[in-house]
Amino acid sequence: MQQAPIVEIKNVSFGYDPARPVLRDINLAIARGAVVGIMGQSGCGKTTLLRIIMGAYLPSQGSARVLGQATRELDGAGLYAMRRKMGMLFQFGALFTDMSVYENVAFPLREHARLPADLEHDLVMLKLQAVGLRGAAHLMPTELSGGMARRVALARSIALDPHLILYDEPFTGLDPISFGVIVRLIRSLNDSLGATSVIVTHDVQEALDVVDYVYFMAAGRVIAQGTPDEIRASPEPFVNQFVNGKPDGPVPFHYPAPAYAADLELARA
Amino acid sequence: MEVAWLRNRLERLGSTVTSQIWRLGYASRFLAYLVVHSGTAARRFRLTVAEVYFAGVLSLVIILVSGLFVGMVLALQGYETLQRFGASESLGVLVALSLVRELGPVVAGLLFASRAGSAITAEIGLMKATEQISAMEMMAVDPIARVVAPRFWGGVISMPLLAALFSAAGIFGGYLVGVQLIGVDAGAFWSQMQAAVDLRNDILNGVIKSVVFGVAVTWISVFEGYDAVPTAEGVSRATTRTVVTSSLAILALDFVLTALMFTGGNH
Repeated sequence: MQQAPIVEIKNVSFGYDPARPVLRDINLAIARGAVVGIMGQSGCGKTTLLRIIMGAYLPSQGSARVLGQATRELDGAGLYAMRRKMGMLFQFGALFTDMSVYENVAFPLREHARLPADLEHDLVMLKLQAVGLRGAAHLMPTELSGGMARRVALARSIALDPHLILYDEPFTGLDPISFGVIVRLIRSLNDSLGATSVIVTHDVQEALDVVDYVYFMAAGRVIAQGTPDEIRASPEPFVNQFVNGKPDGPVPFHYPAPAYAADLELARA
Repeated sequence: MEVAWLRNRLERLGSTVTSQIWRLGYASRFLAYLVVHSGTAARRFRLTVAEVYFAGVLSLVIILVSGLFVGMVLALQGYETLQRFGASESLGVLVALSLVRELGPVVAGLLFASRAGSAITAEIGLMKATEQISAMEMMAVDPIARVVAPRFWGGVISMPLLAALFSAAGIFGGYLVGVQLIGVDAGAFWSQMQAAVDLRNDILNGVIKSVVFGVAVTWISVFEGYDAVPTAEGVSRATTRTVVTSSLAILALDFVLTALMFTGGNH
């Protein structure tokens, strides 16, 4: 039985300024239960695409259906109702700095569900245990390392058992151990919660180990897609350069500039 | 050449004026939205009380110390002038009226803007810069209702109380210098003050001033924070703007309110 995709982006174009589109004719369908990567260079439009999925922006053209609803048709209350079923991990965690780890994880519960104190405590501990930080519940965000903060933020984003978890550059600035921890957590939480995950990242090698399917973006378009093995074997020169981290290729090493000799004023000498 | 220069100048002036008016309109809509969405701040009053603590209680030291010194200086300066006319017993009246009508609300407002207003702007601006505001929106929590409104009401509640405490500390400072140090008769000092200071004309008008300043300063603070460019530089600029705009707003509003309240021959 083929279920309807949880995220369906059809012919979406978007630009902050109509003259300079950031996204051009994007199509993607994310199946329930999958971990999907959206990869590409900085500035290729991946974060904008993520914002379209979370309903922060509406597409200029085309349609975005998320969790069975077209984001264009939602009003403020509808959008908030949809987001209650979504979790989002921000690039640097975005923990509330005036609250402890415990209060951060309890925040969505307190705002959306009136729970008895002992039930709230149990739920928070459950989420913190899932990311291995039950012992850090009393710490303040300033006392955490970058990797720990990311894990707390992850616990917070799954506090309401979301159907869809979005990750915006979840690996940025992590040491290798934290990196590995987050990669494994993304997979295990997705599978144990029965959720669907979308990871926006440029850490290709590591992300390819954890995702089921990849969309590769460049200059606002999807230029390649497939399973990790297909991407690794892709003949597309840009994908090849990106996956293997080659300094020169379709993406030139040099930023466009006038002739080198002219800049050094060699002609005059 | 001259014409082009002039036109260029005019254009720039015009665009500055329209963008300022646009910003004022934006800030007004922000205030209206904030007031309409103050349900959370009222229902979960603990959130607002916490902000009263941050904006009000933590400003107490600077307010009380400044009030004390302003009162002491008023007594020194006032005595100097009053005794020339043989009216040194009126020192209490001079100190109390200056503080209650004018210096209490104005100086407390200026101190409040630089102590609490700047802190509110910096906090909201940094929450925005570190994506805490976006995170809240993603958790389907309205940041204006959850973060901004409690800070706004916390400031609005704190400001009149701080102004009253400033005046009280100032009157005590005036008493210390006038009565204890210089030796003005204590009975005259207090009884003339009681007789001359009117509840409605002086105290109530002072309270109205402090409420207006409280709304203005806190409105500017939360708006500048929420509207800040989410970078280190943007937050620093927003904080500066809060202090400058609030101070100017206090002085301008004070002139208008004074003109409305104290002209018309009350005394």
